[in-house]
Amino acid sequence: MDEGIHIEGLSKRYGAGDTAVDALKDVNMRIAPGEVVGLVGPSGSGKTTLLKCLGAVIEPTRGRMILGGEVIYDSEQGGWKTKDLRALRRDRIGFIFQAPYLIPFLDVTDNVALLPMLAGRANGTSRVRALELLQALDVAHRAKAQPSELSGGEQQRVSIARALANQPPVILADEPTAPLDSQRALAVVRILNQMASQYQTAIIVVTHDEKIIPTFKRIYHIRDGRTVEEPGEGREIS
Amino acid sequence: MISLAGRDILHSWGKFVLTGIGLGLLIGATLTMAGVYRGMVDDARVLLTNSGADIWVVQKDTQGPYAEASSIRDDVYRGLLGMPGVAQAANVTYLTMQVRHGARESRSMVVGFEPGQPGEPGYLVAGRRLVRSHYEAIADVKTGFRLGDRIRIRRHDYEVVGLTQRMVSSGGDPMVFIPLKDAQEAQFLKDNDAIIADRARTAANPALNRPGVPGLLDAVTASQTINHSVNAVLVKVGAGDTAETVAQEIRRWKHLQAYTREQMEEILIAKLIATSAKQIGMFLAILTIVSAAIVAFIIYTMTLGKIREIAVLKLIGTRNRTIAGMILQQALGLGLIGFVVGKISATLWAPAFPKYVLLETADAMRALAIVMLVCALASTLAIRAALKVDPATAIGG
Ligand SMILES: Nc1ncnc2c1ncn2[C@@H]1O[C@H](COP(=O)(O)OP(=O)(O)OP(=O)(O)O)[C@@H](O)[C@H]1O
Ligand SMILES: [Mg+2]
Repeated sequence: MDEGIHIEGLSKRYGAGDTAVDALKDVNMRIAPGEVVGLVGPSGSGKTTLLKCLGAVIEPTRGRMILGGEVIYDSEQGGWKTKDLRALRRDRIGFIFQAPYLIPFLDVTDNVALLPMLAGRANGTSRVRALELLQALDVAHRAKAQPSELSGGEQQRVSIARALANQPPVILADEPTAPLDSQRALAVVRILNQMASQYQTAIIVVTHDEKIIPTFKRIYHIRDGRTVEEPGEGREIS
Repeated sequence: MISLAGRDILHSWGKFVLTGIGLGLLIGATLTMAGVYRGMVDDARVLLTNSGADIWVVQKDTQGPYAEASSIRDDVYRGLLGMPGVAQAANVTYLTMQVRHGARESRSMVVGFEPGQPGEPGYLVAGRRLVRSHYEAIADVKTGFRLGDRIRIRRHDYEVVGLTQRMVSSGGDPMVFIPLKDAQEAQFLKDNDAIIADRARTAANPALNRPGVPGLLDAVTASQTINHSVNAVLVKVGAGDTAETVAQEIRRWKHLQAYTREQMEEILIAKLIATSAKQIGMFLAILTIVSAAIVAFIIYTMTLGKIREIAVLKLIGTRNRTIAGMILQQALGLGLIGFVVGKISATLWAPAFPKYVLLETADAMRALAIVMLVCALASTLAIRAALKVDPATAIGG
């Protein structure tokens, strides 16, 4: 079975009857471990809906999703493979948001270490793991700081470290560069590429951001609930 | 796992402590109210103990001398002394009035007693007992009088020769003890003008001022200025007799009411301060509800301020149990801070109250349990709001 992300025939209908909205009609994607792909599309095309399905916070209507070689959802076989969607999210999916959304009352290390801790690992081991990631993301010197004491770029790097903390096979990034200027936006994409290959993670980046679209080697266009795969420019980031 | 609640409290320490102090003052007020009630009960008990009596003999069909007016002849005690089981019997009078010292006035209960007999204040904190039979007084320290002060009761001056404490009436007025004869006179004494007017009235009454009976007018006038009544007789029971059997005998033979120590306590606590107790009970109930509302409101607002973080926590896999635990612990933490502040403030301000405030450890423990329970209940509102947060909202629109 495939590693990475594999989505087949995914659809999502909101509501029922006259007011039903078919947000996703037929989504097919395949992303290999270590690969970063862009997901672009006009407003209302279904990007967020797709992320929510993949992120196991809403249930798709039809289709199949495979994460890291394991079927997590199959509408033909009773839907979600596990009842415990929180554990699924915690262990197998990393999230990066438009804003860093760090937990303001935890210091930088514990913001990252929280995930392994939630998964039941000891505090010490979790913090060691967090420090490694902070090192890799070049924010280890701020490990003891409060999130509010970090610059925006530093906060976003900490949130990337958090997404990686439980070594998920997949990271979902929702407009991660929207509030950043072009230099910082490109830096984030460079980091995502580095992390993807270093940790063999498949990363989907939902974006409108013209500055970073040319950097993807592969792009999925979503239009009216359907995906079309296109090669990207794959431009090197200087 | 780290304590999310603890970290959040540490992070917003200032806000937490300020809210805790506010809540604490409220809890302090609650504890004080309970203390006021306990103080009233304790005052009553101490009053009964310090009077050194086993039986209170009062006018028939009254609940005197503290709860109702009671008047009996001052020779009744002789008959009582002759009864089996009665070791001591002594007259006492009680009269609540203003006692003046210079420009200052103290509302006091003036007690007339016979030295060496039941009714004498139990122990002195300063000075000595009465040795002269007139115009000496022993005052409770709460009157504010000091040794050597000359205080004025009606038309006479008394010298404060001794100080006692914890002798206050059920109304909270501190007591001033003077010799029985003086007290009987004080109960009866009118000002000079009134006496002259009375004498003139007696003299003008032809039935009392008969030309053929010399000396009658003088005898009538004299009898009018002597007071032959007291408010109660305090009885001490001899060894080997129970107060209840002796009291029964007195009731049976003397056409008087006799109360044992237990019955007196019942009258003082269950009847006399019952209304105050209900009043205080209402206060306690309202303060508890107000505290609960405040905690609920604060924890709810704090939680609403963290909706985004809660959504993120849920999205990255935090269990409902953990999130509910976080909110519950914060509510309990707030309650704990409030309780500590409340206990300290109540202890600090209790002595400043005019009436005795008795803060009992058992009450404090009970209050702590109630505070914790109330905080836990109050947090359910916030917990429900937090559990309703959809993790999907962490992923933008
Ligand atoms: N909870 C919902 N209930 C009903 N319809 C919804 C719901 N959420 C989204 N939709 C509809 O589904 C469609 C896809 O919405 P979605 O949010 O996925 O778009 P998007 O690609 O993220 O758009 P944008 O770029 O503006 O964020 C839209 O037509 C939207 O109105
Ligand atoms: Mg969207």
